[in-house]
Amino acid sequence: MAHAGLQRCEGSIAPAPRLRFNPPSPGRPTLPVLSVTDAHKSYGATQALRGVGLELRERELLGLLGPNGAGKTTLVRALAGRLALDRGRVELLGKPLGEGSDRAALGVVPQEIALYPLLTARENLHAFGSLNGMKGAALRDRIAWALEWTALADRGNEPIKRFSGGMKRRLNIACGVLHEPRVILLDEPTVGVDPQSRERIYDMLDRLRGSGASLLLTTHQLEEAEARCDRIVIIDHGQVRAAGTFEELVAATVGNHRRVAIRLDRAVEAPIPGFENGGDSSGAGSAMLRAQVDDVGAELAALLQRAEGAGYHIEDVEVRGPSLQAVFLHLTGRELRE
Amino acid sequence: MIPTLLRVYWTALSRDRVAQAMTFLLPILFFSIFASVFGNGMSKTARVPVVVVSEDTTAVGRRLVDALKAEKSLRVRTTARPAGAAQDVPEVPIDRARAQEMVRAGDVSVAVVIPAGLDTSLARFDGGGNAITLYSDPSDPIAPQVVAGMLQKVGMTAAPGMLAKNGVGEFERYSGPLTAQQRTAMERWLPALDSLATARDSSGRGGLLGGAGGDTTGLGGLLKVENRALLGPKRDNAMVSFYAAGIAVMFLLFMSSAAGGALIDEVDSGTLDRVLTARVGMNGLLAGKWLYVTSLGVVQICVMFLWAMLVFKLDLLRHLPGFAVMTVVTAATAAAFGLVLATLCRTRQQLSGISTIVILTLSALGGSMFPRFLMSPGMQRMGLFTFNGWALDGYIKVFWREARVPELAPQVGVLLAFMVGFLVIARLLARRWERG
Repeated sequence: MAHAGLQRCEGSIAPAPRLRFNPPSPGRPTLPVLSVTDAHKSYGATQALRGVGLELRERELLGLLGPNGAGKTTLVRALAGRLALDRGRVELLGKPLGEGSDRAALGVVPQEIALYPLLTARENLHAFGSLNGMKGAALRDRIAWALEWTALADRGNEPIKRFSGGMKRRLNIACGVLHEPRVILLDEPTVGVDPQSRERIYDMLDRLRGSGASLLLTTHQLEEAEARCDRIVIIDHGQVRAAGTFEELVAATVGNHRRVAIRLDRAVEAPIPGFENGGDSSGAGSAMLRAQVDDVGAELAALLQRAEGAGYHIEDVEVRGPSLQAVFLHLTGRELRE
Repeated sequence: MIPTLLRVYWTALSRDRVAQAMTFLLPILFFSIFASVFGNGMSKTARVPVVVVSEDTTAVGRRLVDALKAEKSLRVRTTARPAGAAQDVPEVPIDRARAQEMVRAGDVSVAVVIPAGLDTSLARFDGGGNAITLYSDPSDPIAPQVVAGMLQKVGMTAAPGMLAKNGVGEFERYSGPLTAQQRTAMERWLPALDSLATARDSSGRGGLLGGAGGDTTGLGGLLKVENRALLGPKRDNAMVSFYAAGIAVMFLLFMSSAAGGALIDEVDSGTLDRVLTARVGMNGLLAGKWLYVTSLGVVQICVMFLWAMLVFKLDLLRHLPGFAVMTVVTAATAAAFGLVLATLCRTRQQLSGISTIVILTLSALGGSMFPRFLMSPGMQRMGLFTFNGWALDGYIKVFWREARVPELAPQVGVLLAFMVGFLVIARLLARRWERG
């Protein structure tokens, strides 16, 4: 399932496998555990959803991306059963949501810190566990697990109003998954936290997937989505613009070419064939040569030889693969939405 | 610098309709309400409801009753159905015992009993003769004063002949008898005096004594009047229960509004959304919130009355069953009302402004700030549309009229109806949080 993207590198010329922080799924996940078909929703004259359809497969981490106002939140609320669609169908584990489906199989982690600030972490976990039907020893055991899972075991008896943003975020997730749902919706779970907390949160999510959960994640962190999601759905103006693995999205949009940048020891005195800025006067005076290649293995060596053959010493080489950001902007445009 | 700031602030105000309403409309609204409540500015002066029983079968007794009936400041009843009788049972003349029952039940604030042989006590300076008895409800301290004053007035105007005759008798007693010529002139004049009084009564204008003039505020005077309070024997604490209830209910409303407003916080924080995605539906959520605010309200009222018992010697323990019933029902209704406010408002700021206006208005109309029985009849009727007015009536029945729990049925019934209505409204308003 892992795509063979290129690691951004400086000082190295070899493309490397993209680093993945989530464990690879055991086998290709294919069974849909949550799906929405032909979802329509309007607020007055504004059409928030216009025929959206997607599915979350078993043990999958699905990224749901889109500009502000694209309809992500509306879609997530519909998937959570918190919003009635004007038209369309949501199915959880093969049954229409709310009509005999097992709601306990669904866990929701909202973007907001939806906790009781005057209660301790343990009390919050107890409250939301109880609200989801847990009780007794099972609840106590699960609370102990959650405190360990979130690295909050030593702060469990403190009111959460004293917690940092990252601690609240982790507890926020724990309250949504305490009842061991098979399907988890996460609305921007890493917004506003530092890199360390973000790593911890993704580690937590990987452990959830390891235990068999399927996750749908909305985020504006495109690098995170690119690095961690099995599949990605991009929606805009209430419609799905593209869906698939990162490689599939790249192939369908910006193409698989790489950008090559070569820094020389001095500014070029005359254009060098093969480089974008080596063949015209605009490149003269610059120490940085740029080119676009489709086959790095075949074309990069030739580019380097041309530069060295012109009498320059190569100080650095950067090979940049297509990014999700490029795909995203390609699909959704650059104009501001709000 | 300062002009810039002024321009910014005024511009912001000009675009904030809520702030404008709070700044300009709210004072006018409150002025109007309080002027109506305390100043009777929009209605006629309250007429005092009074029962009159005449055990005197003489012309003096009849004339006194007629004169009282003619008084515009009194609403006189001389007949009533027997206690507990059905609506179709005809009314019968009220006797002394029934009059006392009616005062105790709060049907009237004062009962006037004119004793047999009243004519012997008119204009007596030695304290002799039979006295008119006023049976009064001390929860209304004004009414017996008004009635006593009116009795002195009508005594002067309704039976001037008798007063003059008795007055001359008192004169002869201390100064010696009149001469035969004086007595003849006196006996010729007395019928004319009574005729003049009769003519004045029928015309409705002040006659012999110029209408409502004179000092009529005391219980002493030409007519001997005794006031007997039937309720609230501990006069030092007479109004404590009223104000304990009034203040408790008013702050119960504020508490309910604030506690209900936590719903808005939960909406803003996403907690409500999260709760609703769990196994708790909106019904369960509102029920939980309602029960919480109800229990909090019960504790709040208990604390208030315990304080009144400990510090102001309110006789709480003797009225415990009625107090418990009224407290639970009042707290439950106030909690439902708080839910209505919370589900109605979109923001905490809205809730704060609206609840302040609504609660102070309800408190003024319902009698938390000023006893309803002292308001004009129109304002008293308006008070019946406020649930806190019914709550206060219930507490007054418990602490003043020694009402047993079954006698609280009207107040409890109305409060429960309010409560159900509020809960239904809150549930309907909460639909916007469900699947919208």
